[in-house]
Amino acid sequence: MPNQSHKMDEIRARLAATPMQWRGLEEAAGTAEYAERLHREFFPGSSEWADDVSRRHFVKIMGASFALAGLGACTKQPVEKIVPYVKQPPELTPGKPLYYATAMPMDGYGMGVIATSNEGRPTKIEGNPDHPASLGATNVFMQAGILDLYDPDRAQAILYGGEPSDWASFLSALNAAMAAQKSSQGAHLRILTGAVTSPTLFSQIQALLAICPAAKWAQWQPVTRDNIREGAKMAFGQVVEPQYHFDKADIIVALDSDFLFANPGSIRWAREFADRRRIHARGPATMNRLYVAEPSPTMTGAMADHRLPISAGEIAGLAQALAGGNTQDGSAWLRAAAAELKQHAGKSLVIAGESQPAAVHALAHQINAALGNIGTTVTFTASPEPWPLDQLASLRDLVAEMNSGAVEVLVIMGGNPVYDAPADLDFSEAMEKVPLRIHLALAENETSRQCHWLIPAAHYLESWGDVRAFDGTVSLIQPLIEPLYGGHTDLELIEAMVHQPSRLPYDIVRWYWGAQNLYPDFEKSWRKALSDGVLPGTALPAVQPKLVSAPIQTPSAAAGPELILRADPSVWDGSYNNNAWLQELARPFNKLTWDNAALISPRLAEREKLNNGDMVELKLHGKTLRAAVWILPGQAENSVTLHLGYGRGTTGRVGIGTGFNAYALRTSGALWFASGLELTKTGESYSFSATQTHHNIEGRDIVRDGTLAQYNANPQFIDAQAEPRPPRDETLYHPNEFKYTGYKWAMSVDLNTCIGCNACTIACQAENNIPVVGKYQVAHGRDMQWIRVDSYYAGDLDAPQMNHQPVPCMHCENAPCELVCPVGATVTDDEGLNLQIYNRCIGTRYCSNNCPYKVRRFNFLEFNAGMTPVQKMVKNPSVTVRSRGVMEKCTYCTQRINAARIPAEEEDRRIRDGEIVTACQAACPTGAIVFGDLNTTGSHVSKLKSLPLDYWMLGELNTRPRTSYLAKLRNPNPEMGT
Amino acid sequence: MPQLFPQKSNTIARASIVCAALAVVGAGWTFDAVYWSPYTTWVGVPRQQPVPFSHKHHVQDLGIDCRYCHTSVETSHYAGMPPTQTCMNCHSQLWTQAALLEPVRQSLATGKSIQWNRVNDLPDFVYFDHSIHVNKGIGCTTCHGQVNEMPLTWKQHTLYMKWCLQCHRAPENEIRPRDEVFNMNWKKPADQKQLGAELVAKYHVQLSHLENCSVCHH
Repeated sequence: MPNQSHKMDEIRARLAATPMQWRGLEEAAGTAEYAERLHREFFPGSSEWADDVSRRHFVKIMGASFALAGLGACTKQPVEKIVPYVKQPPELTPGKPLYYATAMPMDGYGMGVIATSNEGRPTKIEGNPDHPASLGATNVFMQAGILDLYDPDRAQAILYGGEPSDWASFLSALNAAMAAQKSSQGAHLRILTGAVTSPTLFSQIQALLAICPAAKWAQWQPVTRDNIREGAKMAFGQVVEPQYHFDKADIIVALDSDFLFANPGSIRWAREFADRRRIHARGPATMNRLYVAEPSPTMTGAMADHRLPISAGEIAGLAQALAGGNTQDGSAWLRAAAAELKQHAGKSLVIAGESQPAAVHALAHQINAALGNIGTTVTFTASPEPWPLDQLASLRDLVAEMNSGAVEVLVIMGGNPVYDAPADLDFSEAMEKVPLRIHLALAENETSRQCHWLIPAAHYLESWGDVRAFDGTVSLIQPLIEPLYGGHTDLELIEAMVHQPSRLPYDIVRWYWGAQNLYPDFEKSWRKALSDGVLPGTALPAVQPKLVSAPIQTPSAAAGPELILRADPSVWDGSYNNNAWLQELARPFNKLTWDNAALISPRLAEREKLNNGDMVELKLHGKTLRAAVWILPGQAENSVTLHLGYGRGTTGRVGIGTGFNAYALRTSGALWFASGLELTKTGESYSFSATQTHHNIEGRDIVRDGTLAQYNANPQFIDAQAEPRPPRDETLYHPNEFKYTGYKWAMSVDLNTCIGCNACTIACQAENNIPVVGKYQVAHGRDMQWIRVDSYYAGDLDAPQMNHQPVPCMHCENAPCELVCPVGATVTDDEGLNLQIYNRCIGTRYCSNNCPYKVRRFNFLEFNAGMTPVQKMVKNPSVTVRSRGVMEKCTYCTQRINAARIPAEEEDRRIRDGEIVTACQAACPTGAIVFGDLNTTGSHVSKLKSLPLDYWMLGELNTRPRTSYLAKLRNPNPEMGT
Repeated sequence: MPQLFPQKSNTIARASIVCAALAVVGAGWTFDAVYWSPYTTWVGVPRQQPVPFSHKHHVQDLGIDCRYCHTSVETSHYAGMPPTQTCMNCHSQLWTQAALLEPVRQSLATGKSIQWNRVNDLPDFVYFDHSIHVNKGIGCTTCHGQVNEMPLTWKQHTLYMKWCLQCHRAPENEIRPRDEVFNMNWKKPADQKQLGAELVAKYHVQLSHLENCSVCHH
């Protein structure tokens, strides 16, 4: 896509003149290119073969394909093998999947999952309803984590100095080193981990420290929770973990906190938050109210009723003003937030983000205490981490010791400090001075390149272990499959350092819990815990910490451009850099894929004469980085946001060459933001693949929204935003071809509770075997995801409102796609499903041309070609893998409908409401997607569709879509205006 | 101007038109014949197996029920293939030295599966489910033929979609009482049409749904 130059003034004037919802600057500007693209059948470049092919080459390949086409028709069906078990496991029914409860550790904290196993292959992850951090839902990382298991770029053998070695050789080297270390009490032994919540691993490390008392344990992870912990320490004089209860909060003030997405408790918090915004019954409604102050749009910011774009450095001032009560001189946002917090004392909540300094957290605790919120909306427990460390300080000490030559053996478990440690520490150079370096890693990375030993780590689906959730609840991690590449867990590595012959990982975990004497009948409790996924009664008890009444000093804000560093919503801190599903996932708001960008505000772009894709040189504290910019409406004027996790030096074939390495600018004094950024345009430009304007729909009122006050005054108010629904038989075709007397499948998507987290998109990709196409193909509009989450802006260019809209197939009763298919490959069935029959499809793409919702995806190329046998293992056996030339789209997870239908019919009953859960519905943290049968009286979906907020997208076309939306409501403070 | 073509050219021209038409028809016929012949469809062609397992012997002569080996046929889409252990339940006592059974003993000893050649194979985009057919009164022999009379197993029907649809459009022609499903010797009664219609109603077979593409394709 050519980088267009936008005249921001013109856009502002246009937006002021015509209220509209827009998806990107091109649309807001109403450029001719945009209009042209809108009217085209396919995205420019998607239907054409743009690569150079000479005429001679064309004739050659066509000749070959004609010959092959002739021969291809003559082949017989090849003989397939049936390979039964030798001894069949008793729990297995051939052809039926098994489900195991386990937990995925993310930055040390557990997310409960139910993993599906098809004949021994883990294929799909769902949330564990019994787990406090999941409640049955998932985030994008849980969904995509399974792809890492089958990543062909995983470390596949123990390497010593880059050469293949084995566990026995490693053990003898380790034993020699440990013998030397034990004699010096471990004075020169250092262990580096991320945050550890695992009780078993902690007891193992304690056992190691018992035999090597002078050894030290350092911790580092780039998305460190240092500020949260130090903030609590500052406020209460002790390390406590704040536990938030969003279900009890009427007023929420988030200070640069993306609590809906970026925390170990976020899935639960999103559910609790959404429960207070959901309007699922008639009658007067109430909603909580959310105030967000943040420098860069986040999912939480997009849900705000009042969002204040403000530089990160100024947040501390806001917190100070809120705490001190001197808000009279402040902005309208500040005055309103302060007044409302006071009015709702005891039912309000102030939360600070992990990127804000400890002082802001301490102030938030003080405000909550002053308002009487502690005990209601905020409670405290001990930290789920048994040994919470100031990670940055511990890393700094480690680097100093390595530089002084005090470290002889360094064991790094997980992580990638060479890449992600603060740049000023120069971890890489310090580490070179350690005589023996051992790295346990899932895949070879920058750190393992520099280590003597690389020990392949077991994926969590291959491991025994345990992990605590944000509230302390312990989950057992159990394996679904033997380690594919002989991986080892952190438990095994520490075990090998403590005593040999080592116990098996299963025995280590079981022995630990058996020794705790928690349960009268251990065997029974152990089995139940493995089946349920949680150990009962392990949530940490609430504590009542006393506020320390010391005045809290906050740093003053500096003017001028600042740099904001954040974990990427897809590749996080870089750990998911080689995950193709996550790389291709369009980021919220900017819809970038395969890259990060320096996100800048429209005003900064105007000032520096920058356009999307322009390269700039960023200079901060003497470090420089070249990166390309992307203009993001809603960004604070002087803030430049860079997401972490890109520009990796050593990564797999997926992640290599993507994005810009933000760690180059991340120093220990400025982990999350810093002022004094210098930004210089270089004159070069970079090509991004953003899906922001792919699959555009021309029409009005795609997203309908309003305010709670409007709704309470007139519940039908959204109907006035569009033409009325046409009568059913206003069509030239057979209006009553089907009576829909059996089941009548339908979906309701609640825009009011959709937080735009993309979990549905990845869940769908995993469930339906949707291929990844790569950056180049995305740029050509050939992306394949069946459910996309569109971001819409409304209002002011600099502080717009942001709305999300998930768009799957609408399953129209009068489907425009069906009428134009020459081969009947897309048809409605008698339950109202709009079916796509792959084996009939000949690839005319007429259906896609005629789809007003742009939900059809075409296999322009053989996207499933060239997969290794291990990569194929992730495929869902219940869904056909499509080949080139075939159209595909959302099926409402028809395989899940059949999986429920067959047992129901065998038991001679109807399918019960809630028995079929589509993949997107199962993943959704807030329960915004509901699927079911309209003919079942009282079904959830039929209730939702009878609500006044229910609307059809482009309903005026009389497509009679089965997917409908519940309009988005905001709850602005009436005193602030809208 | 002299004639360029001799008289006989007319005949050749006419004959070649007829020949061309015949060639087209002949090619079509040949293609059709090959397409429906056992060469392509494998119908009636006994499939060679690593162990020449005889259904005739085990089912007809010994009277072993289908479900002794195909254990999940009533509960899963996949009928199940017996693990080596199932063979050895008997063959650890009987014919323990038979050369024919060497691969079976080898499999148990080495832990490596016996690799059978699939006889009834559907394309990968077809999702057939045994359990629903068995539970709605479709017998084994309806699709698999008289397996009890097959020394080496062969495919009885083409399993083409056309063949599936015959029954999906009129299940009353094939449905039988549930307790006769595993009966190898059940024969359609004279009043099958009427009995079938009654059973279709009794078993709540969803006729409206049976022709939906999504029943088998997803």
